[in-house]
Amino acid sequence: MAIKDYIRERFFPHIWCPGCGHGMVLNGLLRAIEKIGLDKNEIVMVSGIGCSARISGYVDFHTMHTIHGRALAFATGIKMSRPELKLIVPMGDGDALAIGGNHFIHAARRNMDMTAIVINNRVYGMTGGQFSPLSGYGTMSTTSPYSNIDHAFDVVELSVAAGASFVGRTTTYHAQQMADILGQAIIHKGFSVVEIMSQCPTYFGRKNRLGSAIDMLEHFKENTTPIGSKAKQKNPDLIERGIFVQKKIPEYCDEYKKIIERAVKD
Amino acid sequence: MDEPKLKEHVINRDWCKGCGICVHFCPKKVLELDDGDKAFAKRPEDCICCKLCEFMCPDLAIEIISSRGTARRAPTKGLL
Amino acid sequence: MNENLKFIQGNEVCVEAALYTGLDFFAGYPITPSTEIMEHMAKRLPKIGGKFLQMEDEIASLCAIIGASLTGHKVMTATSGPGFSLMQEALGYAIVAEIPCVIVNVQRGGSSTGIPTHVGQGDVMQARWGTHGDHAIIVMTASNHQDVFAITVDAFNMAETYRTPVILLFDEVVGHMRERIFIPKKGEISLVERLRTSVKRGVDFHPYLPREDGRLPISDFGGVHRYNVTGLVHDMWGFPSDNPKIAYGLVRHLVDKIQNNTDKIARYKEYYLEDAKTILISYGSAARSALHVVENRRGRGEKLGLLELQTLWPFPHSLVQEKCADAKYVVVVEMNTGQILQSVKICVDRPERVFLANRIDGVFITPTDIRNILRLIEGKGV
Repeated sequence: MAIKDYIRERFFPHIWCPGCGHGMVLNGLLRAIEKIGLDKNEIVMVSGIGCSARISGYVDFHTMHTIHGRALAFATGIKMSRPELKLIVPMGDGDALAIGGNHFIHAARRNMDMTAIVINNRVYGMTGGQFSPLSGYGTMSTTSPYSNIDHAFDVVELSVAAGASFVGRTTTYHAQQMADILGQAIIHKGFSVVEIMSQCPTYFGRKNRLGSAIDMLEHFKENTTPIGSKAKQKNPDLIERGIFVQKKIPEYCDEYKKIIERAVKD
Repeated sequence: MDEPKLKEHVINRDWCKGCGICVHFCPKKVLELDDGDKAFAKRPEDCICCKLCEFMCPDLAIEIISSRGTARRAPTKGLL
Repeated sequence: MNENLKFIQGNEVCVEAALYTGLDFFAGYPITPSTEIMEHMAKRLPKIGGKFLQMEDEIASLCAIIGASLTGHKVMTATSGPGFSLMQEALGYAIVAEIPCVIVNVQRGGSSTGIPTHVGQGDVMQARWGTHGDHAIIVMTASNHQDVFAITVDAFNMAETYRTPVILLFDEVVGHMRERIFIPKKGEISLVERLRTSVKRGVDFHPYLPREDGRLPISDFGGVHRYNVTGLVHDMWGFPSDNPKIAYGLVRHLVDKIQNNTDKIARYKEYYLEDAKTILISYGSAARSALHVVENRRGRGEKLGLLELQTLWPFPHSLVQEKCADAKYVVVVEMNTGQILQSVKICVDRPERVFLANRIDGVFITPTDIRNILRLIEGKGV
């Protein structure tokens, strides 16, 4: 199947701005799914609110566009009730980690088999460019017009601490790595987090004088490095890309099956 | 292994938003934007079918049809 | 001894009734005075192969059961005031996306965190209008355990019939009190099951196109039809739309499917209404004290009657109007500052004859409290 077979073509061209990273994530995600060879009927995509959440409308899977920050909670109910389904949950950085932060860490802790994609463009795009929890100190936005004094946190470190059994990071520039990590995350049995550093040329780029989408992609190329590279030792400011955690720990639905067995015997 | 041969750049003009990502990142500078800010293959003969443009296009507007395999073929390892 | 005869808390009765309907998915978060519901669910559900989830908060609990309902399960969550406040956003989602589910609110005293271990009935208007935007909602309650069972089953049936969330608005007294109950035998109460589409695989399925009778057949998520579910205003395919005609049609559909069936949804009990000159209107645990007063006064030959409402929303307007037509006085007995009182006043011909007997201090309203109000109304002093 070509990746076009996975989309609802009638809704294209999509709503995202020219050069937006969300389309690139959609592109990479579909190639990952195509490579694994998943059937469209076995995939459920659950999204929240924001630019990222619109991904669910464009894919020809079972799709649920929910409320801001709660996508993982809805996905938890779907997965628990039908464990054979593949759950993919794309979220923006504000969606996943501000309003949805609590659901995020608890979903990671629970280790239910699903793939959480955090598309980190460091801004609230849909509402017009407010700072997000990942914008970082010193950035400009419509709600930090004199510079942001909120500090960002590291999605990877947060996910690791919360107990996610698969944690990866890449960028939209690294299209091949993106598809590869997403594919491994989807196959992984357990809660997977993939942070994809992405560009919002319209708001974050413009407010912070980062240039065009192309300039922002070049920035990802220059400022990231594979995990454990020599370049990182020389320049600790480089952001590492790759798979940070990939471990086999008991998956929630499997564990619950054992609870049922125990309860039935009791 | 045989090098794949280009058959066609299929570019969906209705979907292309003219961001220029394909133009900029094409290693052989095959693509350009036309007067309507839509991508087109200016020098298709230089295309090496790496499919970088197809994989990076935010609008899912480009498909490289090559003599060996189609869009579903995995790209050369270590491309990026 | 009859094994169907039990002496249990109202919260546990609610669990028994939910299981009776075929519920097999529950998610919740501990909160007094509803916690016994989730404790019993945690114990009972795995025994029948059902699923129980303790989530990180009430928001997630409601979201999780909505997700599970979409895959074809009967689902429920239970909470109290503060948790119910947190659920309002997802409640609106379930209404607009038309996903059947049952939400139990075992009401506590006071607003905010209030008096958690005491009783109140202050969430009546919140249940009606807590979530934002125009919508209709079904809210039911009961005053004794046998009725808790029947009304809980009813709530599940209505959730399926109208494809909507149904709220069970119990209160601390009913939830915690132990009382005798006969669990009905299987088949004794009829059940409404999920209406699934007959559209075959490969044929165009319209997930949001109601049938002529207003019912909306569903295709379980993960089944043969792939479609979109959203809280945005959507067309018959489930895709977002800002077309004014579609927006209008959706709001009308969501409101009409419930408001136009107010009579069918109305559940109530009446005691001595035929010749009653003074009618008490009450619901939930407050109706127990009201009934006590009515029976006591009837014993003395006084013409008192009780209309016990079990469906609070949609408010049974014509029922109340009809029953109160010949009454000299109507007294609404409730444990809030008059949340049902206002609806009753709108229904009756002479609203100045409608009075309130209430308590708002976290203490259960007693027959004496009601009697004191009756004395005032009748001009007998305090």
